[in-house]
Amino acid sequence: MRPILMKGHERPLTFLRYNRDGDMLFSCAKDHTPTLWYADNGERHGTYRGHNGAVWCCDVSRDSSRLITGSADQTAKLWDVKTGTQLFSFKFSSPARSVDFAVGDKLAVITTDPFMERTSAIHVKRIAEDPQDQDGDSVLVLENPEGRKRINRAVWGPLNQTIVSGGEDAVLRIWDAETGKLLKETDKEVGHKQTITSLCKSADDSHFLTGSLDKTAKLWDMRTLTLIKTYTSGVPVNAVSMSPLLDHVVIGGGQDASAVTTTDHRAGNFEAKFYDKILQEEIGGVKGHFGPINALAFNPDGRSFSSGGEDGYVRLHHFDSDYFSIKI
Amino acid sequence: MVEDTDMQEEIHAEDTLEQVAARMAAARLHQRIEASEIMANLDIDSRAAQLGIDWSQVNLDSIHLPPGENFGIESDDEGVYHDDQLEFDTGFGNIIVVDNLPVVEKTKFAKLENVLKKIYNQLGVIKENGLWMPVDLDTGVTLGYCFIEFNTPQEAQNAKEKTHGYKLDKSHIFAVNMFDDFDRLMNVKEEWEAPQTKPYVPGENLQKWLTDEKARDQLVIRSGPDTEVLWNDPRQKNTEPVHKRPYWTESYVQWSPLGTYLVTLHKQGAAVWGGADTFTRLMRYQHNMVKLVDFSPGEKYLVTYHSQEPSNPRDASKVEIKVFDVRTGRMMRDFKGSADEFSIGGPGGVAGASWPVFRWGGGKDDKYFAKLSKNTISVYETETFGLIDKKSMKVDNVVDMCWSPTDSIISLFVPEQGGGNQPAKVALVQIPSKVELRQKNLFSVNDCKMYWQSSGEYLAVKVDRYTKTKKSTYSGFELFRIKERDIPIEVLELDNKNDKIIAFAWEPKGHRFAVIHGDQPRPDVSFYTMKTTQHGGRVTKLGTLKAKQANALFWSPTGKYIILAGLKNFNGQLEFFNVDEMETMATTEHFMATDIEWDPTGRYVATAVTSVHEMENGFTVWSFNGKLLYRVLKDHFFQLAWRPRPPSFLSPEKEEEIAKNLKKYSKKYELEDQDVSLLLSEQDREKRRALKEEWERWVMQWKSLHEEEKLERQNLRDGEISDEEEDDEEAREVKEVEFEDVIDVTEEIVQE
Repeated sequence: MRPILMKGHERPLTFLRYNRDGDMLFSCAKDHTPTLWYADNGERHGTYRGHNGAVWCCDVSRDSSRLITGSADQTAKLWDVKTGTQLFSFKFSSPARSVDFAVGDKLAVITTDPFMERTSAIHVKRIAEDPQDQDGDSVLVLENPEGRKRINRAVWGPLNQTIVSGGEDAVLRIWDAETGKLLKETDKEVGHKQTITSLCKSADDSHFLTGSLDKTAKLWDMRTLTLIKTYTSGVPVNAVSMSPLLDHVVIGGGQDASAVTTTDHRAGNFEAKFYDKILQEEIGGVKGHFGPINALAFNPDGRSFSSGGEDGYVRLHHFDSDYFSIKI
Repeated sequence: MVEDTDMQEEIHAEDTLEQVAARMAAARLHQRIEASEIMANLDIDSRAAQLGIDWSQVNLDSIHLPPGENFGIESDDEGVYHDDQLEFDTGFGNIIVVDNLPVVEKTKFAKLENVLKKIYNQLGVIKENGLWMPVDLDTGVTLGYCFIEFNTPQEAQNAKEKTHGYKLDKSHIFAVNMFDDFDRLMNVKEEWEAPQTKPYVPGENLQKWLTDEKARDQLVIRSGPDTEVLWNDPRQKNTEPVHKRPYWTESYVQWSPLGTYLVTLHKQGAAVWGGADTFTRLMRYQHNMVKLVDFSPGEKYLVTYHSQEPSNPRDASKVEIKVFDVRTGRMMRDFKGSADEFSIGGPGGVAGASWPVFRWGGGKDDKYFAKLSKNTISVYETETFGLIDKKSMKVDNVVDMCWSPTDSIISLFVPEQGGGNQPAKVALVQIPSKVELRQKNLFSVNDCKMYWQSSGEYLAVKVDRYTKTKKSTYSGFELFRIKERDIPIEVLELDNKNDKIIAFAWEPKGHRFAVIHGDQPRPDVSFYTMKTTQHGGRVTKLGTLKAKQANALFWSPTGKYIILAGLKNFNGQLEFFNVDEMETMATTEHFMATDIEWDPTGRYVATAVTSVHEMENGFTVWSFNGKLLYRVLKDHFFQLAWRPRPPSFLSPEKEEEIAKNLKKYSKKYELEDQDVSLLLSEQDREKRRALKEEWERWVMQWKSLHEEEKLERQNLRDGEISDEEEDDEEAREVKEVEFEDVIDVTEEIVQE
């Protein structure tokens, strides 16, 4: 499994996303241009120019026609995937941290950071079929009870009925997507102890995996918010992903970026660690990054995955055949 | 001075004391009642109302509890009774009572007051209006005593010590007491009562851990707020908890040298724990703000240390050391003074004395302990806790001293004097006779370090000498054979004289030693022996390992095996080496390891990453030959310590016999090993099956829900058929192919 190194970004990677067919890979980084790659050979296809700040997150519509990106320039932008033209720009008064299309791609959830007097918030926007009709009005705005704490990720629950969010206050919350009521939240006992950095849904929206700086990743039922599994890593977790094919989860992270230069490169543990999803045991790891791993994504076919690091590289790994016969 | 003798009257000390005590008792009682009332009133009132009792009618004193009944309210602390004096701090600690003053009339009152102020102002700061001399209300004559309130309890204590017995004149000798002590003094019964002998309660078996059926060892770890004692269970590849407590200690924990006790440190002092099944508190030793503790080798005595930073940075810090009898808890001796008296005043001696201040000698009998200070060595004996011959030993400019681990012999080192005119000296001194057994003069010496072999047979002195130019130094060894006649000394120089010596270690109970020498980052490791068949009593080199990444040596407690470790800069390189065969058994790495500890039997090694590093805190247990057994990750990992074992009772002959017939003995353990591993894999399989089943249940549930919501999802997608279900099936197919498991292969020979 010789990885393909994709060097297109000049700054640390922040997010990776495959389209549904698994032939395109979108990458976001702290430089201002989200990039599209061929998911097979790692060739660069194009970039989306227009943001004026770090791009934190993106999502692609089911038919791979629309891309939405959230950026620190206080906008979230809609793009035409094929041409790279900007279709619309949602303006906020604080950085947009996370974006997610709903089932049917008619709604999108966008989170914004606390900034100056602004508290962190979750916005629901309607996405028009024809970009001409697109407006910037929010259907719903949710205020986080811990307004000074950042929300790092918000995604849609099953059938767009709920929104799941998690962030710096280490609490996972489920909101009613219609009324905006807070339905459930995790308590201190079972929940994460530190900032939740990442969140990844299963393909059927039944469960999701969260990663946290408390050095664990946890698997939850998406409807009841029941804790199902906990995976312990020795290092802070920045990114998580689940194999759509096998019962594997992959967890990435590493020593805090500010401490990297002060220690040996091995001390950072910039490894993408594979765990058995059911037994919660570590299967193995993929080394290579020389900075913390900030983003992980599985190809929807489960036969390759990519990781993005603080080092500015995207590493695309196609699994060897013996990966599929791992037994523990 | 007050000279008016006509003022003197008969002083009735008893009277005055009584008055004071009465006042004081009243004040104290009042305080207590107030405090308890506030807390309990609400509760009691509501309960009384429930039961229909008019509370104001009840005379509390008339109620007696049946003897021996506590209404189920148990004291949760058996030590609570001893604590009373500690917990009730009256806040009067800075007041002293001066008795036996002259009784004076009003006219002389001011004069006496001035005299007293003059005396006591030298000893501390008297608070404003802090001096109160009561007078008889009718006559205005003083009553012959006064109260003085100082700013701090320390000043009061000091004033009490300094002026108790102060002679104002012939018939006025001050009797000074702490105000807080009056209660206690007044409660002394008139008649002496014979102390009751407590019925003998058989103590717990403090050595129970040694009788573990699986012959396991214990270790203590501290991580986060928790302190845990664990069994090392290499068969299960895990630890088994024995006892765990959050906030068990306020700084660190330490085992006693024979493993009987675990000592914890607290604000109020130290405590030792032990016992048969769980850890119960056996004894407490009061020493406020204790910082360090040390046991005597036979664990009879515990030395506690406290130092206080001086308020003025130019002063030396204050040091207080107490020696306790471990079993009775009695303080045998305490030492107070400035840090200078407890150290040789080296350049680094700012924060306090170097620990341990007292070094114990004379083997396991705990007979002597010695202290090194400027130009003197003070040797105390534990029979009287006084100096031997009531005198310290005068040794000019002595800088280092070590006890032999088994005999009462001190080795000491005196550096060069007078710019090299007077040579440096290493000497062996017998205690208690203080006879010098052997000494060696050394020339142009920079520094010396002494290493005793654990059974006291050899002493190695590493000598750093100046080269001719005096610009650099080189090292050599002087080896003393203590047990041979006249204590012969041998000089050993390394093959390359200029090599720096990085580490030195004797083989425990053995005759070999290892030296790391040469230049970083790849120094050499050499092994030497003190006895070989060919050379008789000559030191011989066994071999050198070239260019090793090592900077520390860890011999197995039973000898023969050694770990060459590269800690700190070498990131935790480990080499397990067999010295008998001179071969490497394993080279591995525990990344960033900071500590290495052999278990007391030499079967296992624990390597740990403590919280000096941010990540991957925890410890790893290896077998003696470098096989990784298991890892335990703990955030904020502070400390790991194996519980020591007392020396074996087996005679050397018996041990040899066992070693010879090892096969016979090991059979039993091999069988046990097998059983355990079978059981383990069975349990493991069971656990996995349960996990898989549980997961299947989740998946089933999700699948059915997914199916139910299929239509709604289609609607959300404008009728587009969601094709995810297909994907699911595909995934399942792939998996099914993979589940082929060879559970067992048995070979049967069919006889024809």
